[in-house]
Amino acid sequence: MERKYYIKEIIKYKSCYLMIMPFMILFFVFIVLPVISSFVLSFTNFNMLELPKFAAFNNYIRLLLDDDVFLIAIRNTFVFALITGPLGYFACLIFAWLINELGPKLRAVLTFIFYAPSISGTLFIMWAFIFSGDQYGYLNYFLNSLGIIDEPVQWLNNPNTMLIIIIIVQIWMSLGASFLAFIAGLQGVDRQLYEAAAVDGVKNRWQELFLITLPSMGPQLLFGAVMQISAAFAVSSICIALAGFPSTDYAALTIVSHIMDYGTIRFELGYASALSFVLFSVIIIINSVIQAVIKKYADS
Amino acid sequence: MGLLNKSKSGVRRSAYGDFFVFLILCLVAVFMLIPFIYAIVQAFKPMEEIFAYPPKFFVVNPTIENFYILSQLTNNMWVPFSRYIVNTAFISVVGTIITLIISSMAAFPLAKYPFPGSKIIFKIIILSLLFVGPVTSVPQYVILAKMGAINTYYAVLLPALASPLGLFLLKNFMTQINDAMIEAAKIDGANILTIYYKVVIPIVRPAILTLVILSFQGFWNNTGSGFIYDEAKKFLPTILSQIVSSGIARVGVGAAASVIMMIPPFVIFIMLQRRVIETMAHAGIK
Repeated sequence: MERKYYIKEIIKYKSCYLMIMPFMILFFVFIVLPVISSFVLSFTNFNMLELPKFAAFNNYIRLLLDDDVFLIAIRNTFVFALITGPLGYFACLIFAWLINELGPKLRAVLTFIFYAPSISGTLFIMWAFIFSGDQYGYLNYFLNSLGIIDEPVQWLNNPNTMLIIIIIVQIWMSLGASFLAFIAGLQGVDRQLYEAAAVDGVKNRWQELFLITLPSMGPQLLFGAVMQISAAFAVSSICIALAGFPSTDYAALTIVSHIMDYGTIRFELGYASALSFVLFSVIIIINSVIQAVIKKYADS
Repeated sequence: MGLLNKSKSGVRRSAYGDFFVFLILCLVAVFMLIPFIYAIVQAFKPMEEIFAYPPKFFVVNPTIENFYILSQLTNNMWVPFSRYIVNTAFISVVGTIITLIISSMAAFPLAKYPFPGSKIIFKIIILSLLFVGPVTSVPQYVILAKMGAINTYYAVLLPALASPLGLFLLKNFMTQINDAMIEAAKIDGANILTIYYKVVIPIVRPAILTLVILSFQGFWNNTGSGFIYDEAKKFLPTILSQIVSSGIARVGVGAAASVIMMIPPFVIFIMLQRRVIETMAHAGIK
């Protein structure tokens, strides 16, 4: 009896299915299918020229035990993600909050200024010139003229400083969709809550923030977290553009760059898929944890 | 301090606090703007000033010679610069339009019609927001190769058309729509497509405009690298990195190219900014 009802439902809504069809077809072919085949490929050796050869868990064993560079990549990626993820997230939050206090015109201007880096595409290359390692680099010149350094510092070639520069640039670019979502969320908080809080003795803007504003923004906070985490782990094009590929001592190698290396340069697609899957699992786990945390906070 | 809103809530705001906030915002704004100003400045510098030592930040004798060189530069080696602009513009416009149509058509049933499977589908779509870079791009290459689409515009268009982010924003926005209007249209005998076209689209315009910005910017800044290797079909970001990496002598030209690249997404964003904020108000994961 239930089965008949189910089929009837489907027929009733057939126009819905038709409407979602174009999207779902594209979505399936270009997003679901790649993920599934990525998973399948990770158990094979595949070089694009021949058919995939089944290799069981070889790839996974290799990436755990045999690949030193991967370990460096993991370390780098986690350093990036753990620094730029939360920093970027809180930067979005804090600046959205600060901007919110201003009048509409100033707010619009500043929103644009803060959002601009994230839509500027390849503009971060300009940072490469500012941090350029020779004497023409502006930072070098600036520090030199202040007497802080004597010789030009190779910011982007020195393994020690490379990561820091890239982190700075990444944060510069990270006021993106999350930023806009927070601004919108802030504007949507119920005014009356504020007034009630003032009456109840909330003393300054900090208390206001933690006790009223943030809990009302639950959904936006979640959305922002999802976007930031994805972005934080996907860092690779910046690294390549600023520090070169490969970078000195692999100091700027991230997991994604590593995958690109094996996928597009060495054509070891089975191994690249295994790497991607590890990355993907990590992202999902971290995401679930963060979502649980935020949900708990927003409900309190 | 007339620019700062008087406190909306009645909680005391100290003047120190306000000033401090203002200062921080100014500093951060400058930080954000540095590369833009730098690019603009470099674009107008004649060659001697680019390599002047000590390096000066601002330009003393502005010139548009870099832009001129830019238009001639790629003529000799590859294809005319305007070709890249056309490629990028074409794909950005076409891609954005198609994405809009497809995403909104899919978002509407998901938002308002409880058909079997709608919840699961939406959850999967949210999950796919996490899929990043190579998890999809490596197999996508294989799929596109099998379709014979590598080295055509399709290679860049197709994967990007089913944008989960766009669907997500649209669906959330649509869910807020007053049901009564839709019911009224149904009573008047409209089928789902008509409702979509006549009722829903006009209402969700802010969300659509947001999707326009995000989509356009995604396409415009897309390098298509790895999927396209024919010079005549390449896009602006690719050629920009090619110019910049071809040596230090091209810094001015590279900056000029960057400036040109910057403009369209900015213009679009400025025009649509208010609507975007409105849409993002509904960008929540419950």
